[in-house]
Amino acid sequence: MTKNPLNLRLSEIISLGDTFKFYRKRIDKYNNELNAFLQVRTLSEERQGFPYATKDNILALGTRTTCASRILGNYDSPYDATVTKRLNSKGGQLLGKTNMDEFAMGSSTENSAFGPSRNPWDLSRIPGGSSGGSAAAVAAGLTPFALGSDTGGSVRQPASMCGIIGFKPTYGLVSRYGLVAFASSLDQIGPMTRCLQDAADVMSMISGHDSRDSNTIRHALSFDISLGGNLKGLKFAVPSEMLSYPGLDEEVKERFLSTTKEIERSGAVVEVISIPSVEYAVATYYLIAPAEASSNLSRYDGIRFGPRQQSEDYEGLTNESRDIGFGKEVKRRILLGTFTLSATYYDAYYRKALKTRRVMAGELNKVLDEYDFILNPSSPVIAPKIGEITDPLAYYLMDIYTIPANVAGLPSISVPAGFVNGMPVGVLMTGKRFSDVSILDAAKGIEDLSPSFSDGLAIIPERWTE
Amino acid sequence: MLRTVIGLEIHAQLKTETKAFCGCRADVFDLEPNTAICPVCTGQPGTLPVLNKKVVEFAILAGIAMNCTINKHSVFDRKNYFYPDLPKGYQITQYFFPIAEHGYLYLENGEDKRKVRIRRIHIEEDAGKMVHQGTDSITGSSGSLVDLNRCGVPLIEIVTEPDLRSPSEARIFMELLRDTLRALEVCSGDMEKGALRCDANISMVDETGRSSNRVEVKNINSFKFVEKALEFEQERISKVLLSGEDVAKETRSWSFQSKETFSMRSKEEENDYRYFPEPDLPVLVVSDELIERIKESLPELPWEKVDRFVEQYSLPRYDATVLSSNADIASYFEEVAQVTGRPKESSNWIMGEVMRLMNDKELTIEEVKVNPEHFTELFDLIDEGKISNKIAKDIFPTIVEEKKSAREIVKEKGLEQIDDDKVIEDALQKAMVNNPAAVQQFREGKEGVLGYFVGAVMKATRGKANPSKVNEIARRMLKN
Repeated sequence: MTKNPLNLRLSEIISLGDTFKFYRKRIDKYNNELNAFLQVRTLSEERQGFPYATKDNILALGTRTTCASRILGNYDSPYDATVTKRLNSKGGQLLGKTNMDEFAMGSSTENSAFGPSRNPWDLSRIPGGSSGGSAAAVAAGLTPFALGSDTGGSVRQPASMCGIIGFKPTYGLVSRYGLVAFASSLDQIGPMTRCLQDAADVMSMISGHDSRDSNTIRHALSFDISLGGNLKGLKFAVPSEMLSYPGLDEEVKERFLSTTKEIERSGAVVEVISIPSVEYAVATYYLIAPAEASSNLSRYDGIRFGPRQQSEDYEGLTNESRDIGFGKEVKRRILLGTFTLSATYYDAYYRKALKTRRVMAGELNKVLDEYDFILNPSSPVIAPKIGEITDPLAYYLMDIYTIPANVAGLPSISVPAGFVNGMPVGVLMTGKRFSDVSILDAAKGIEDLSPSFSDGLAIIPERWTE
Repeated sequence: MLRTVIGLEIHAQLKTETKAFCGCRADVFDLEPNTAICPVCTGQPGTLPVLNKKVVEFAILAGIAMNCTINKHSVFDRKNYFYPDLPKGYQITQYFFPIAEHGYLYLENGEDKRKVRIRRIHIEEDAGKMVHQGTDSITGSSGSLVDLNRCGVPLIEIVTEPDLRSPSEARIFMELLRDTLRALEVCSGDMEKGALRCDANISMVDETGRSSNRVEVKNINSFKFVEKALEFEQERISKVLLSGEDVAKETRSWSFQSKETFSMRSKEEENDYRYFPEPDLPVLVVSDELIERIKESLPELPWEKVDRFVEQYSLPRYDATVLSSNADIASYFEEVAQVTGRPKESSNWIMGEVMRLMNDKELTIEEVKVNPEHFTELFDLIDEGKISNKIAKDIFPTIVEEKKSAREIVKEKGLEQIDDDKVIEDALQKAMVNNPAAVQQFREGKEGVLGYFVGAVMKATRGKANPSKVNEIARRMLKN
C-alpha cells in the first residue's frame, strides 16, 4: 500500500480497495487501550471493500448486537439493519461493533456493561456518549467512519469530545429498522466521520425511504454532491439561553465565541436571539425519552433474551432477569418512564411534555424561518475524566445543547472547532427539517476555518499514528 | 325487580392474507406452532411495525356497516403489559383515537326491535398463545410453551354501549354481529376457533335506579355460552344484591367445563396499561375517496337481506332471518326459489332438510347443495301425489349423496305413492280385524284412535300410501 489510508477521504479509501486488513490490524493494536470495539470480525482475505464500524445497537448478520447490556450479551443478530444492508450493498465491510452506554442511555459510555471506552486525546477521560465507542474509533483512526445513533445528542456530543464530525439527520431521513430502539420518536442513526464530505458520502449510502420504517420520508434528498463550504451571506442565530447556561465552561464559551467571530469574518451574520422554551428542553426530553424507553425495553423479560433467572413464577422470573440484566442507568430510566406513563400521572407529565415538545418545535422553526441555522457549543464542557461525574443529573443537564434538535426532529451537526486544554471542542449547527444538504455544506465552511483539521481531515492524536 | 345491563367488547380476527404489521400469513389456526413468525411479529430488537392497508379497509368496512363515523385521523397506541405471549411487552392498539365511533345496529328480538349503540371500533393486534402443563393457567403450571403464530394477527375490537338487557339479547347480538362480519367477508365468525371473541360487562340496577358494580366476564368461547355465562352471572349478582351485599368490581372468567364463572382478578389487581401513542407508526389518515370507495363496495347486509326476502319472496320474517344469517345459504335459497318458482317451499326445505343435514353431518352448504332442478322435480312428485312429503324427506339425503334426481330414486326404490283405494282398503281391513277393540272405541267417539289406523296402514305399505287418502278411507270404513 503506497498511500496511508489515514490521510485519505472515504471516497479515496473506497477506490483504494483493500483496506479492511489495515484497519483491522490497527484495532488489534490499539483497542485494548481504547475499548472502542466490543466485537471485531475475523480478519479474512476475502473481505474486500471499504471498512466501517457500527455502534453495537445496530443489527448486522454475523455479529452479536449487545447494546452494551448483559441482557443482550449473547444476542446474535437475526437480520441486517437497513443501514447495514445498504452499506454492504455498496461494498461496505463491517469491521466490528462499537461500545456505547447501555441501550444508548448516557453521555459517557461509562454505562456500558463491558467497561467504558477511553478518549483518544486523553485516556483518562471519557469519549462522550452514548456513541462513545464509535467516536473513539473514528478519532483514533481505527475505522474510516462509524455509525452512531442520536436520541438526545449521542452522535454529536461524543463527536465533539473526540474531535470528529457527528451528524444527526432530519428525523425520518435514515431508516431505524434494525436500530435497537431507545426512544423511537427521537432516535436517528447518523454518520461519524473525519470530514464533512465523508459525512455526505455516508448519507448518500444510508439515507432514503425504507418500507420497513413507516416514519421514513418518501421524498429522497440527494447527498451525491461535492460540498462547497460557502458561509457568505448565511445567517446564524445563537440562543442567549444557551450562552447564559450556568454549566457552560468559560474556556469552552470563549472558544465558541472566537469560532463565531471567524464565521462572521467569512461573510456570515451571527446574532444572539432568544428561544425561551429551550430552558425546558432537558425536562421535556427526560419525560419523553424514558417513557418510550420503558415500553421499548419491556420485551427484555428473560423469556427470549438474556440469561433467564429461575424463579417460582413468571413475575419473579421477569423481575429477577431484568434486575440482573439491566444496569443502573437503564433501570433508573425505566422507572422514570413507567412512572410518567402511569394512568395517575400521564396528564401531569407525559401529556404536558408532548405539549412542550410542540411549543419548542414551533419556537425553533420560527427562528429557522428567519435564520439559516442555530449555532451553539456542542457540549458545555470538554470530556470529563472517567468516574469524575457521579450525579446522573449533571450529565442530563449537559444535554441541553443537543436535545432541541431531537425534540423537534431537526438536522444537527457537530463540527470540531479547536481545543481547550488540549481537548477537542465542537460547534453545533441545527437547521430546518430537510435542510440536511445545506447544513452539511455550511458546516464544510466551518471545517475549512477550524484548527481541528489537517489536510481536510480531523487530526488524529499522534499516539495512534506512530 | 332488578334490571340487567350488559355491554359487550368483541374481538374479531380479520381475514386478511397477512398479519397487521408484518408479512407473515394471518390464517394461523391450523398451523404447527411457531411456523408463521418473523423478526417483526416476534418482537426482535430493532424491528418496526408496518401497517397492513387491508386491515384499515376491513375496519372501515365494518365501521360503515355498523353506521359508525369513520375518523379521518386515528392514532395507534401501545398497551403495555408483561406476558410471555406478548413478545414486545406491549400490544399495538388504538386507545385514544379509534378509527370508527358512534355507530349502532338494530337488534331484533321477537317483536322488539331496538338500537344497540356501538361506542367504537378500533384496530389492534392479537397476542400469541400459551400451552400450560398440568393446569390451564400460567399459575401453578409445571411448564408453559409459547406459540407466537397468532402474534400480530389483525383484530378489530368492537365495543357496544351498555344497551343490552338480557343474556339472550347478548347472544342474539353476537349472532347478528357474526352474520354482519361474515356478510362483509372480513371475519370467519367462528367463536369456537377464537376468530370471534366476546368479553361481557354486566351490572344490575334496582327499582330506585341504583346500579351494582360492573363485572367483566372473559373467556366466553361460543354463542351458547354468551347466554349461559351471562345467565349465571345475572343469577349470581342478583343473589348478592338480594342478600344486601355489594357486588365486587372484578373480572371473572367463564369455565365451559364447570359452566360457571370464577374470579380472575379484583379491581386492585387491574393492570395499569400505560397507554401512550405508538411512536413507530404515523397518524393514520384516511381519505374521503377511500371511505367512498369502501362505501360503494358494501355488500347487502343481513338485515337488508331479511327485508328483501320478506318483500321479494313473501317469506315470513322468521324464515327470512334464518336464511339470511349465512350469505351462502341465502344465495342458495335464492337460486332454488327462482328455479322452482316456489319460494316458501324452497325456504321450508332449505331451513328443514338442507340445514338439518348440514348440522347432523357437519357439512357446509357447498357440500350439501343439490342442483335446484332436483327440487323442482321433488316438488312436482309431491304435487302429483306420486310421493308423500315423508318419503320426499326420506330420500333427500340420497339425492344429496348420489347426486341423482328424485324421479330416478323413487323409481329405483319403488317408492311411488300408493293411491289405489283397493290396496289401502285391504290394509285397513286387516288392521280392523286385528284390533276390534280400537274400532269399537272409535265408534264410541274416540277420534284419536283414527291415528292408530292411519299408522297401521302406513306401516303395512311401508310409508308409501297417500296419507290424505288413508285418512279419508279410514274415516269412512271405521264409521260403518
